[in-house]
Amino acid sequence: MKHIISALVENKPGVLAHVAGMFAARGFNIDSLVVGRTEDPNLSRMTIVVIGDDRIVEQVRKQLARIIPVVKVQDFAGKAVVARDLMLINIAVPPEKRPEVFALIEMFRGHVVDIGQKSVMVEVSGPETKIEAFIDVCRPYGIKNVARTGTIAMSRQGTSGED
Amino acid sequence: MSPESQPSAPAIEAPATIKTGAQIVVDTLVELGVETMFGYTGGVVLPLFDRLYDAPIRFIIPRHEQGGCHMADAYARASGKVGVVIATSGPGACNLTTGLGTAMMDSVPLVAITGQVRTDLIGNDAFQEADTTGITRPVTKYNSIVKDINDLERTVREAFHIASTGRPGPVLIDVPVDISVGKCKCNGKAAIDLPGYRIRTKGHARQISMAAEAINKAERPVLYVGGGVVSSNASEELQVLAEKAHLPVTMTLLGLGTFDQRRPESLDMLGMHGSAYANYAVQECDLLIAIGARFDDRVTGKVATFAPHAKVIHIDIDPSSISKNVQVDIPVVGDAKHILMELLKEIEYRERGPWFAKIAEWKKKHPFRYDKRAKTIKPQYVIDEICRQTKNEAVITTGVGQNQMWTAQFYKFVRPRQLISSGGLGTMGFGLPAAIGAQIARPDATVIDIDGDHSFNMTMTELATAVQYELPIKVCILNNGYMGMVRQWQELFYNRRYSCSYLKNPNYADVARALGAVGITVDKKEDVPKAVTQMLAEKQPCVVDFRVEREENVWPMVPAGKSLSDMDGLTILESMA
Repeated sequence: MKHIISALVENKPGVLAHVAGMFAARGFNIDSLVVGRTEDPNLSRMTIVVIGDDRIVEQVRKQLARIIPVVKVQDFAGKAVVARDLMLINIAVPPEKRPEVFALIEMFRGHVVDIGQKSVMVEVSGPETKIEAFIDVCRPYGIKNVARTGTIAMSRQGTSGED
Repeated sequence: MSPESQPSAPAIEAPATIKTGAQIVVDTLVELGVETMFGYTGGVVLPLFDRLYDAPIRFIIPRHEQGGCHMADAYARASGKVGVVIATSGPGACNLTTGLGTAMMDSVPLVAITGQVRTDLIGNDAFQEADTTGITRPVTKYNSIVKDINDLERTVREAFHIASTGRPGPVLIDVPVDISVGKCKCNGKAAIDLPGYRIRTKGHARQISMAAEAINKAERPVLYVGGGVVSSNASEELQVLAEKAHLPVTMTLLGLGTFDQRRPESLDMLGMHGSAYANYAVQECDLLIAIGARFDDRVTGKVATFAPHAKVIHIDIDPSSISKNVQVDIPVVGDAKHILMELLKEIEYRERGPWFAKIAEWKKKHPFRYDKRAKTIKPQYVIDEICRQTKNEAVITTGVGQNQMWTAQFYKFVRPRQLISSGGLGTMGFGLPAAIGAQIARPDATVIDIDGDHSFNMTMTELATAVQYELPIKVCILNNGYMGMVRQWQELFYNRRYSCSYLKNPNYADVARALGAVGITVDKKEDVPKAVTQMLAEKQPCVVDFRVEREENVWPMVPAGKSLSDMDGLTILESMA
């Protein structure tokens, strides 16, 4: 099962190496790992998607918390959360197919960010399932390149809204 | 070493002082109470060593940085203080890694300071450059490189704080040479700033009550005690708990000494080469109370069948140890001493007659034994004799392998910090440098390294260190000519194909004499007591080469991956009765 873990870490050199090294040394699998700044210049947030049963993820959480520059660790499993991926995808689209592809892009609320003679680059963001679904519908046209950010997440304060 | 003070500062401000990085490091070490350091000099640590030249710190120079790191480690284990080791960049730092790994696995408070090339050369493959923080990250509790001299004092203070608190461990500080020679204005003490480091000392009151209730109810409880009780200085509280609640106590290798092994409640060591009575008791208990122990695979055997009838209480300061290997029913996170003091308030005495009767029966049937009628020198006999003549009072260090397991089985320890052994990492060559570190920490104690010939071979050059500092350490080599434990496994599991487990050894007494120590060779059984007496009387470092039975095995033995109750060698032991 996939778990999204969020770790607030001190913005110091070596922290990413420490976290990545701990995962490698203890044999935990990382599905994705995203690091970015936060509102506090001294802190960064790492969002890590881990695959494993509850017991493994519990160990991941504890081992992360044990790393000294890691300030706070949260496991989002079972919690109301907004999780998003961002993807840039370059699709092989000859000019005559543009209308049908643009319709798909519209359906997925993507944006065309670049158009070439035989290709279209699209930006799509959303939950991972949506990203995967968009890749699937693009496959018949031919996918030239995909770049994805990996998941970032934040727990929900309100009760409504999209997944 | 008075720092150059600035001309009269205004009264309201703290007097500012200009100091070099090296001065900041050494002054902070002195202020933190460091009296002894170990280490080896080199190019980029010259500024630090120049400051150490007239600092009030005793400095011990090993023959190799690994030796220095083990010495600092054993100094810490023997004294309870933080051990400090210093090494140069590149090879010096690389040579520390085995020592850091040893301290990491056994949770020993250690601060290592390494020199580094100039900050503008870092990453350029400069002479004697190594990515020290990268290399040592997995073998330290924390490490950091200081790239701004204004962070230096705080980093040194943080290193000592992190090393000595919570679950202790080694911390490394990498100091580039331009930081050591650089200057900065110092205004009072730099404050520790570690937002991600919080230690839970007090146990949760409800968890403690639940633990007490489970103990009070238990018919067949066992206390399983590890090195955490040593770190927490909770040995006294442990003895009180065992008495007050009436509980049998088994210890891990690192826990030995926390409970007086001469007492009837002691089940001695458990695990792969533990006592049959400890292993049976764990397998049949209805309550296992783990304190400062981490359910290592050498202790549990097959995890799925470990203590199958037991409810498990786990008292530990490291939350990541809880339910890591064995599912715990009542976890109590916090400092063992504090938790035990709270627990004792709610504990009631219970006779548990049938349980103690059963334990007494196991103890009677399956004690640790060896063939006392043998004509050869049995290694266990040597240890028995050392234990007898030192009246259970010596500080013992060991190598790794058979020598270590026999020491754990046959020397009966009575107080914590008496056995100093590499448990987690299993570092051969630990014994001799450890004896040196322990002797420096405990100048009045009798310190004996009970070693294997192959373990001794790995670091025997440190004998010269013992000679230089006139340390009366004793080294007892249980010389069987083999890498004994490897040979035992090859005998049992590889059809006696002794692949690469044999070395041609030097004459150790000659080696000892050449290095300026006393050397004794013992090849007759009847000479053992006399040799031990002579060794104990020596004021100089003394090496005794006991030519022991060559193919003796350590029994009992739980083969790797088997349940604790599946012990081999019990019938062999019975035949020696």
